[in-house]
Amino acid sequence: MTAPATLRERTATTPSAPPRRTPRIKVLKRLPVQLLVALLLIVEIYPLVWLFMGSFKTQDEFLNSPVWTLPQNFSFDNYTEAWTTGNLATYVGNSLIATIPSLFLIVLFGVAAGFALEVLVWKGRNAVLLTFLAGIMVPGQMILLPLFSAYFQVGLTGTLWPLIITYTATGLPLTVFMMATYFRAVPREVFEAATLDGASMIRAFFSIGFPMVRNAVFTVALVQFFFIWNDLLIALTFTNNAQLNTIQVGLLNFTGEFGAVQYGPLFAAICINVFGTLVLYLFLNQRVMKGLAGGAVKG
Amino acid sequence: MNNVLGDKKAVVVLLGPALLVYTLAMLVPVFWSLGYTFLSGNAITGFTFAGLSNFEKLFSDPAVGEALWFTVRYAVVITAGQVLLGYFLSLLYVFALKRGSSLIRTLVFFPVVLPTVAVALLFQKMFEIAPQNGLVNSALNVFGMGSIDWLGDGSRAFWVIVIMDLWRSMGFYAVLLYTGLVDIPEDILESARLDGAQGLRLIRHIVLPLSLPVLLSSIIFSINGTLKVFDSIVALTNGGPGSATTPLTLHMFRTSFTYGDYGYGSTVALLLTILCLIVTLFIFRSSRRDLTKD
Repeated sequence: MTAPATLRERTATTPSAPPRRTPRIKVLKRLPVQLLVALLLIVEIYPLVWLFMGSFKTQDEFLNSPVWTLPQNFSFDNYTEAWTTGNLATYVGNSLIATIPSLFLIVLFGVAAGFALEVLVWKGRNAVLLTFLAGIMVPGQMILLPLFSAYFQVGLTGTLWPLIITYTATGLPLTVFMMATYFRAVPREVFEAATLDGASMIRAFFSIGFPMVRNAVFTVALVQFFFIWNDLLIALTFTNNAQLNTIQVGLLNFTGEFGAVQYGPLFAAICINVFGTLVLYLFLNQRVMKGLAGGAVKG
Repeated sequence: MNNVLGDKKAVVVLLGPALLVYTLAMLVPVFWSLGYTFLSGNAITGFTFAGLSNFEKLFSDPAVGEALWFTVRYAVVITAGQVLLGYFLSLLYVFALKRGSSLIRTLVFFPVVLPTVAVALLFQKMFEIAPQNGLVNSALNVFGMGSIDWLGDGSRAFWVIVIMDLWRSMGFYAVLLYTGLVDIPEDILESARLDGAQGLRLIRHIVLPLSLPVLLSSIIFSINGTLKVFDSIVALTNGGPGSATTPLTLHMFRTSFTYGDYGYGSTVALLLTILCLIVTLFIFRSSRRDLTKD
């Protein structure tokens, strides 16, 4: 319904629009757009503000004051309680232990494979690339049960290895495909010159190929970080011991630690999760947006 | 020079590790899972051969029908919502806000990176009725309306899920489509305007056809993602009330891990995989035909 207003607005401000319009009409024309943007921002941001306020409220304030009142005082009791009694510290630790090695392996293996599939010339490389590509469409549910059996038989249950291995495997298809795309833009002569100087192709990859796509690597790693950090399915399947829970699984079971109605610590726990991610996003937002969009179009 | 780039040892060293992990933890499990569909039992109790009984069960199980219907309904509604809202937002960015849209884009994109579980718990509290009214019911009370039990009724819970997932993801589709729109050459738009195309006509005849490819990849991406929906629903309603909001993914998870039936669980997973493949291929094909016609 608001689309026509938006579009008229567009024409009103373009150089080709008739010059007879006075500035006052321009301001009026701009109003719907501004209202729309204001509404958009309220819808996007108010829930987060409400969450933040809630994380400082006491149980009494939750039960007896209207939901939009500000907390009476900003004490960090809810945060300490969530962090220690709620085991959030353990969960964050587990998430880090699962995420960092997975990311490292995804980047190392994925970039090398992308290089081997795009720069190096050999028979069957297109078939292998397609095989990797097919992995993007397979739902996680399809590989859960065999992996669960395999980890059980090998004796990996009870550790975080199942998570690291599964994240690496599921992260590879998109990474390999994106890296192959990035390497397409690098001129082959660079690597040929390196071999003339006596470097092997492996050496050329590590000292020239990898550094050349450094920016792309950073983007891919960031995208994969958000996937892995926010994953629930794989973490829920392979961590049946509370001591191994990642932050998402821990948060899901969080109400259990306090009983269902302990609002303050629950809000604080959600807050820690949400604002931790937000800080990272604020620092890196342009890259995150580009990376997620790039990954999506190609996926 | 091709013999330099054809270094076999380098291929093995560079591709080997990735291919090994991918094969062992993705490819083999996919086929292994196919094998499970003919068995019953699980890894701990042992397996027995079940022939085609899992498939017979799949077609007669009302829970599968219900989960499939929920998944399809969810995928259609969310995909339509994501792409339409995203397209509308991207038009807003490009035509109304122009260069100044960077801050708005960043803010609207916010929820995309947030952990789904955290967002779902937040929405659970926002739509809560007992023991304390959440944000939404409190707002209703202010306008003199009674509180509504949003999550206690299957069809209302469905719309809460829809609202949450659109809130979470519209910024993503907006950016995705925005990248497609900014690629449209300015001189095409200019000449169309000189020919008298304004407003909706400009969108319908120039912008829409030119952004069709990126719209299409958004739709494919969206459907593929929504068919696999898991995290947000598990955390918001856990499939309830009853099984009213249980998608195939969650049904598969329950069958396998709550009831320990791997064989049947794999069969449900196979149904899901086939669904994803069919939808992707179907859209891909129909899009190709349409594009060549133009």
